[in-house]
Amino acid sequence: MPPDSRTDAVPAPDIAAAHLPNRPGLAELFLAFAKMSLAGFGGVLVWARRAIVEQHRWMTAEEFNETYALCHFLPGPNVVNLSVVFGSRFRGIAGGIAAFAGLLLPPMALMTILAALYVRYGEIDVLRRILAGVSCAAVGLAIAVVFRMMMPPIRKRDVIGLGLMVAVFIAIGLLRLPLAAVLLAATPLSLAINFVMRRRASP
Amino acid sequence: MNSGANPIATLVWTFGLMSLFAVGGANAAIPEMHRIAVDIQHWLTDKQFADIYAISQLSPGPNVLIVTLIGYSVAGIAGALAATLAMCGPTAMLAYGVSRFLARSSQSRWPATIQAALVPLSIGLMGASGLILAQAADRTWVAVLMTAAAAALAFATRLNPFWMLLAGGLLGFAGVV
Repeated sequence: MPPDSRTDAVPAPDIAAAHLPNRPGLAELFLAFAKMSLAGFGGVLVWARRAIVEQHRWMTAEEFNETYALCHFLPGPNVVNLSVVFGSRFRGIAGGIAAFAGLLLPPMALMTILAALYVRYGEIDVLRRILAGVSCAAVGLAIAVVFRMMMPPIRKRDVIGLGLMVAVFIAIGLLRLPLAAVLLAATPLSLAINFVMRRRASP
Repeated sequence: MNSGANPIATLVWTFGLMSLFAVGGANAAIPEMHRIAVDIQHWLTDKQFADIYAISQLSPGPNVLIVTLIGYSVAGIAGALAATLAMCGPTAMLAYGVSRFLARSSQSRWPATIQAALVPLSIGLMGASGLILAQAADRTWVAVLMTAAAAALAFATRLNPFWMLLAGGLLGFAGVV
C-alpha cells in the first residue's frame, strides 16, 4: 500500500471541502480546539473564529458565520455544537468527536480540580472575599452582554421583539417559571408573529 | 421530584433535558440551572451558586462548564463527567444530524424567520440570568455598585473582561465587598 493512500482510509467528509486549502486531521482538530478552549476566558467564540478563519484558514468568514448561526439557533451550548459540526464537516463522525473532546476535556479537567479545591477550601475567609468580588464583576459582565445584544432591536425600533424579550425576562427572572413551559409558549408565539410580519412586509 | 434517586441519574436526566431547551447557549440556561440546583434539588445554596458562577467565569473553556462544577458538588468526579456529557452530548448529536441534513438537502441559508423569532427570546433569557445572578451575588450596596460599574465598563469599552474579574477579586481581597 503506498503511503499516500493512508488519508483515504479516513471516513468521507459530509460536505465536499476540496476548495479549502487546508483540511485538518483528527489530531489537528483535537489540538486546535483544545488550544482555543484553554485560551478562551469568558467565552471561546472569539478564539474559535480567530483560529478557524484567520490562523488556519479552514473556513471563510461567511462559512463560519453560517455555521455559527446554525449552532446558535439549535439548542445546547453554541461552541460545543460548533465543534461537532465543524469537525464532522472535515472528518466525519470521528472528526466531530475529536473536536468535541478537544474543546471539553482539558478545561473540564481543570474545572474538576478547581471544584475540588472549592469544596475543600471554599469557606476560608480570604478566598470567600476574593470570590465575592469576582462574582460581582462576573455578573456585571453578563449584564453588559445583554445590553449589547439589545442594541440592534432598539435601533430598529423592533417593538414586538422587545416586548417578547421583556415578557420572557419577567416570566423567568421575576416569576421564576420553568424554562420548558415558558419556551413552549413563547417560541410558537414568536414564530407566528414573525411569520405574519414577513408576509405583510413582502406581499 | 426524584431527589431520593441515584444522584448521577438525576444529574443526567436534569441536564440532558435542560440542554434541549437551552436555546441561545449556556448563559440562557442559567436561570433554569439556578431554579433546579438551588430551589428544587437543594444541591447548592444561593451563595454557592454565585461562587460557582464566578469560578466558571475565571477559568478558561466554554461557559457551559458551570455544569461540571454543579455535577462535582453533587457527586464528585463521576457527577462532573455525567453532568457535562448530559448537557453537551444530546444537543451535539442533534447539531450533527441537522447540519448533515441541511448540507444534503440544499445550499440555502438557515431559515431567517426562525432565527429572527428566537433572538428576542434568548436575550430575554440572558437578562433573566443577569438578574438571578445579581440577586445571588450582590448582597451589599457596594457589591451592587461594583456589578453596575463592571457592566458599564464592559458595555462601553473593549477592555479584556479578565482584567475586570481580576479587579473584582482584588477589591474583594481588600475587603471592600
